[in-house]
Amino acid sequence: MEDNIMKVNLRVWRQRGPKEKGEFVTYSDVETTPDTSFLETLDILNERLIENGEEPIVFDHDCREGICGMCSLYINGHPHGPATGATTCQLYMRRFANGETITVEPWRSAAFPVIKDLMVDRNAFDKIQQAGGYVSFNCGGAQDANDLPISKVQADEAMDSASCIGCGACVAACKNGSAMLFVSAKISQLSRLPQGAVEKYRRAMAMVSKMDELGFGNCTNTGACSAECPKNIKMANIARMNREFIAAKFRK
Amino acid sequence: MAPADSKIPEGPVAEKWTNYKAHQKLVNPANKRRLDIIVVGTGLAGASAASTLAELGFNVLNFCIQDSPRRAHSIAAQGGINAAKNYQNDGDSVYRLFYDTVKGGDYRAREANVYRLAEVSNNIIDQCVAQGVPFAREYGGLLANRSFGGAQVSRTFYAKGQTGQQLLLGAYSSLNRQIQAGKVKSYNRYEMHELVLIKDKDGVERARGIIAKNLVTGKFERFAAHAVVIATGGYGNTYFLSTNAMGCNCSAAMACYRKGAYFANPAYVQIHPTCIPVHGDKQSKLTLMSESLRNDGRIWVPKNIEDAKKLQSGEIKGSDIPEQDRDYYLERRYPAFGNLVPRDVASRAAKERCDAGYGVNNTGLAVFLDFSEAINRLGIDVVRQRYGNLFDMYEEITDVNPGEFACEVDGVKYYNPMMIYPAIHYTMGGIWVDYELQTSIKGLFAIGECNFSDHGANRLGASALMQGLADGYFVLPYTIQNYLSDQITVPHFKTDTPEFDAAQAKCEAEEEKLMNIKGHRSVDSIHKELGHIMWEYVGMARDKEGLEKAIGELKNLRKTFETELYIPGVAGDGMNVELDKAFRLQDFITMGELIAYDALNRNESCGGHFRTEYQTEEGEAKRDDKDYFYVACWAYEGSDNKAPELIKEPLEYEAIKVQTRNYKS
Repeated sequence: MEDNIMKVNLRVWRQRGPKEKGEFVTYSDVETTPDTSFLETLDILNERLIENGEEPIVFDHDCREGICGMCSLYINGHPHGPATGATTCQLYMRRFANGETITVEPWRSAAFPVIKDLMVDRNAFDKIQQAGGYVSFNCGGAQDANDLPISKVQADEAMDSASCIGCGACVAACKNGSAMLFVSAKISQLSRLPQGAVEKYRRAMAMVSKMDELGFGNCTNTGACSAECPKNIKMANIARMNREFIAAKFRK
Repeated sequence: MAPADSKIPEGPVAEKWTNYKAHQKLVNPANKRRLDIIVVGTGLAGASAASTLAELGFNVLNFCIQDSPRRAHSIAAQGGINAAKNYQNDGDSVYRLFYDTVKGGDYRAREANVYRLAEVSNNIIDQCVAQGVPFAREYGGLLANRSFGGAQVSRTFYAKGQTGQQLLLGAYSSLNRQIQAGKVKSYNRYEMHELVLIKDKDGVERARGIIAKNLVTGKFERFAAHAVVIATGGYGNTYFLSTNAMGCNCSAAMACYRKGAYFANPAYVQIHPTCIPVHGDKQSKLTLMSESLRNDGRIWVPKNIEDAKKLQSGEIKGSDIPEQDRDYYLERRYPAFGNLVPRDVASRAAKERCDAGYGVNNTGLAVFLDFSEAINRLGIDVVRQRYGNLFDMYEEITDVNPGEFACEVDGVKYYNPMMIYPAIHYTMGGIWVDYELQTSIKGLFAIGECNFSDHGANRLGASALMQGLADGYFVLPYTIQNYLSDQITVPHFKTDTPEFDAAQAKCEAEEEKLMNIKGHRSVDSIHKELGHIMWEYVGMARDKEGLEKAIGELKNLRKTFETELYIPGVAGDGMNVELDKAFRLQDFITMGELIAYDALNRNESCGGHFRTEYQTEEGEAKRDDKDYFYVACWAYEGSDNKAPELIKEPLEYEAIKVQTRNYKS
């Protein structure tokens, strides 16, 4: 495979800390192969930087199989890069041309401040989930799992919504920095199931209010969030959330 | 030192847990509010324990190294979770799940723990459904099941190929509810560095706190509590390449080990048979293809060595080889279980064929996993519905679409197969715990993959999720009360004590030492070297000579680390990823030695531990129940440079007859 070497130039956002000014730095001729992943190519560049006594580029990553939601790069103008339905860690260099200059930025959103280089703080997502993204019951009190039949269609729809990995690509893709797709995915998952439907209005109210409070923007139905979502979470979730939120307001 | 006391309750195995719960000590609700518990880790075990303890009324401090509790690596588990519901009416029962797990673990697990695991397995499914976990369902609205390795019943519950994700998000939601309620304080991007022990009035040392590093500020911080629970996962990344996440590490466990917690059965490392083969030296991790694929996928290599050579040189493709020239070696060797033999058996069989020259890719280290028969039987739509996301993942990585029509020969349609090879996946060994999940240090508990207790020498598929959630939801919340019941008068601890001062000073001195090495090599370059030593000599096939060599090479590697490491940047002022990795690598080297010592001591083959000197004529693992029917507990001897001391916990089986594993008939 070593005969397959390709070279790319990486134009990377470097920023020492949350309050410091950042800038693009271009690293030329990074050697990689088409079968190497994009993050492994960053690893290669980091090895080179360390060899030269420089600080490596900081970026979030963990499972490297597209499920933990930790990786978060904005590559050539797209969250998670050019591939559709895949995270940055599932992006392979065969997607790029030999000699290409690739621009790599962190998520850009007021609600996700930069920690260092390409790493951002997504704590706001946790806070929204804490506001109401659960079924309120204590461990131990559950009935037999098969006591309550749930139609396959409903269960499958809930599963589709539940596939959200909380990476924040939807916010990064949105011109308004809206978190509606993320929030609506959890609201839809739980309200599609009888266990979660009991407190659906309360949940919608709490999560949407928290989202607004944390400085996320509004939804103007552009659809960039869904188009860039690595898990193909659908816009229909947002419609369901709005319906429940409005209903919740009238019930107050 | 005295033999490890497992504190297994009296009575027949089926009644032990009931009896324990009936007679254990409890803490009343008003007193629970006075007690603080540290839980390190937010995977299935950590998150479920933290939320359940908080629901009960304890004050919980919960730590994770990622940016959110939802990222813990449990999230990547694909296939499913076992439970003895017998919804399929196919003969399942608590006893059968217990029996299969003990047998799958090659008779090296503790009977009483495994029985309890099987007993609470059904509660887990109820709990998760009530949380809103969207398990797969049949059209009638009831839960669906599938089969996994090592079982002859369908007892695995699943949510597409993302079961771990859904179960973890369920536990995360319960955790969030308790964070919102103020009962759990959540510390993200914090890494545990040291365990703090404080002597009680009788002079007994108890776990009372931790030193954790805030990874964003780079500063060490102190946390105190009445008890400490570690749920920090396994040590698979010792091998550098594994299916673990990049951040998975054994440092919290090593910190406990160095403070006196025994480390049990480190040699029991699981090598998963269905991973995407290694493709180059820049690779950072290996990707698992779920075991559920073995429900419908058939594993094979060519019958003729000439065909294998052509595959290796790229002259032909797998689909060019007709049915009669394929060797479905698992079906041939193990007719009763076929492609669904346990993981250790399937992995060794793949290695055996590849070592004999029958590997199917350019490195000769791969076998086929083929869906042609399933697609011809069920149609591509049904097969894609079951495994579509795995096929897509495979295609993204390899550029080959499994299940794509390839050709038709003599009326038989052939589809592109996957190529797979075994990879390090899970570690059965871990911190030694007694029946109460308490370690050999008072007040320190270990749960989930981090402990050693339930899987013996080999874990069955879909049992890791079961054990993590069993420990966190249904076992620890009971047993920890038995410990805390006499601690109710102990006031909240302060962190300005000499014990905390000393622990933090030690962490800072360590850090300074690492920064001052000022060599020229990166952490990863040394970690890769560690991985090579481990895979070569302490991997799928081990022998005395190789293990002794590994121990020598690991000692040299430690010297390399101590003299050649280079960490850019500064310590204690902001994030320094290389420094954090250096701490972990230091512990991986010690862990590697521990695995090698244990493997060298165990002069038998069992489960994931295969010594080439000890095998049957047919190449099956040959156990020695006379001399090795025990849990090997290793005690730290005060320095990483000293060999650890072996302490034995003899195994006692009363319900199950110990015999040679048989998956043939």
